[in-house]
Amino acid sequence: MPQPLDYLKETASQTAGPYVHIGLIPAMAGFDIFEKNFSNVLVTPNTQGERITLEGKVIDGSGSPLRDVLLEIWQANAAGRYNHPADRSAGALEEDFRGWGRGGSDFESGVVTFVTIKPGGIADKSGRKCAPHVNVWIVARGINIGLNTRLYFSDEEAANAADPVLNLVEPAVRRKTLIATRSERAGKVVYSFTINLQGPDETVFFDV
Amino acid sequence: MNAQAPASRDPRLNRPEPFTPPLGDGGFFQRDRSVHPPAYAPGYKSSVLRSPRQALLSIENSVSEITGPVFGHNDLGPLDNDLIRNYAKDGDPVGERIIVHGRVLDETGRGVPNTLVEFWQANAGGRYRHRKDTYLAPVDPNFGGCGRALTDDTGYYYFRTVKPGPYPWRNFVNSWRPAHIHFSVFGSGFAQRLITQMYFEGDPLIPVCPILTTIPDKDALDRLVAPLDLNASTPFDSLAYRFDIVLRGQRSTYFENRTAGN
Ligand SMILES: [Fe+2]
Repeated sequence: MPQPLDYLKETASQTAGPYVHIGLIPAMAGFDIFEKNFSNVLVTPNTQGERITLEGKVIDGSGSPLRDVLLEIWQANAAGRYNHPADRSAGALEEDFRGWGRGGSDFESGVVTFVTIKPGGIADKSGRKCAPHVNVWIVARGINIGLNTRLYFSDEEAANAADPVLNLVEPAVRRKTLIATRSERAGKVVYSFTINLQGPDETVFFDV
Repeated sequence: MNAQAPASRDPRLNRPEPFTPPLGDGGFFQRDRSVHPPAYAPGYKSSVLRSPRQALLSIENSVSEITGPVFGHNDLGPLDNDLIRNYAKDGDPVGERIIVHGRVLDETGRGVPNTLVEFWQANAGGRYRHRKDTYLAPVDPNFGGCGRALTDDTGYYYFRTVKPGPYPWRNFVNSWRPAHIHFSVFGSGFAQRLITQMYFEGDPLIPVCPILTTIPDKDALDRLVAPLDLNASTPFDSLAYRFDIVLRGQRSTYFENRTAGN
């Protein structure tokens, strides 16, 4: 017998269930308990960068929006820098921009929104430039392990065409499932997205 | 090619970067999906329409995955890890008083320090304080059912609560959830993000739960069951249960990298 490798095993995932709001966004469950709450608003008045709203739905295999889904996003700041010590790139850090938020879908419409800034492009480990993107994590009743995907921006065509992750997506027709569409509404910039869990336009999910 | 050039080594051997230790690039270990439930698990009916059917696209960890949100004590309130007191209006909640404690570790066995752990649960009667829960067991006016804690330098966390009750749910006609507490854990990178549920040793509903039995690996399922920990119990006050949580391992931590670089 060789020496045993004594790695531990990752704890098994379990669904977040229908009442995920209680733990993570109690105001949506219908009560107020914590002094400080996490939210879907990532910006403060001091945050640098273009203000944007991300607005979308998660759609099930019957074409219906999930009305009990929770999304989290994780993103770099406008200079392309993540607020984390493992990001040692050159962009300026903003102490009060955490770059993370969570939001639940509306119980009627299924719409999820985030108020944030458009992130800058980031460099991967080999120094290649990656297109600006927002990392998304999805949990809900019926989702047994959190789903990872990304949102890229429709007005970044050149950067998207060169992005090393988008270029891994085959067949190429599926790349569009990762692109949020820019529009302006009452003077505000909105990026709209649809995350399809199944079907011919199933969104690309990553094993990260 | 210039025929005059001296014969050189295979260019693939001219590594542009120094050779780094095998656990040295900061990426997470590849996720072992065999310890997790599959997305499509028809015994848990809600998964049927909510499970992706295409293969996941495997991508190497970039800075987007090895980084993640950082939390601190400023994000928490003083009662956040005390579910007996954090929603008490005119007394303590009804139920068996318990302490839940343990460590957040990674697959190499290291404690994960300063990471956010969030938890939520039904009350002692199996009822959630949630606008969508209509189970006939009553809401407890003194129980909110959620809390959170930050692990210490060794990855240790603890909180106090009442033991949740089992509850019925619509899957089969007579499906009941074993008593459980939902956990959300971050780790240091967004690729470690995990939601799971903790169960209680000896609960007869465990082997018949359609959600718990989505996990195909018996050992992985058993690791979600917290043992009674009499040593950590408080005499004449609370029983204790121990629940360790393991997140994905990382090829060296950024703390080590930082020390070397400074
Ligand atoms: Fe539950």
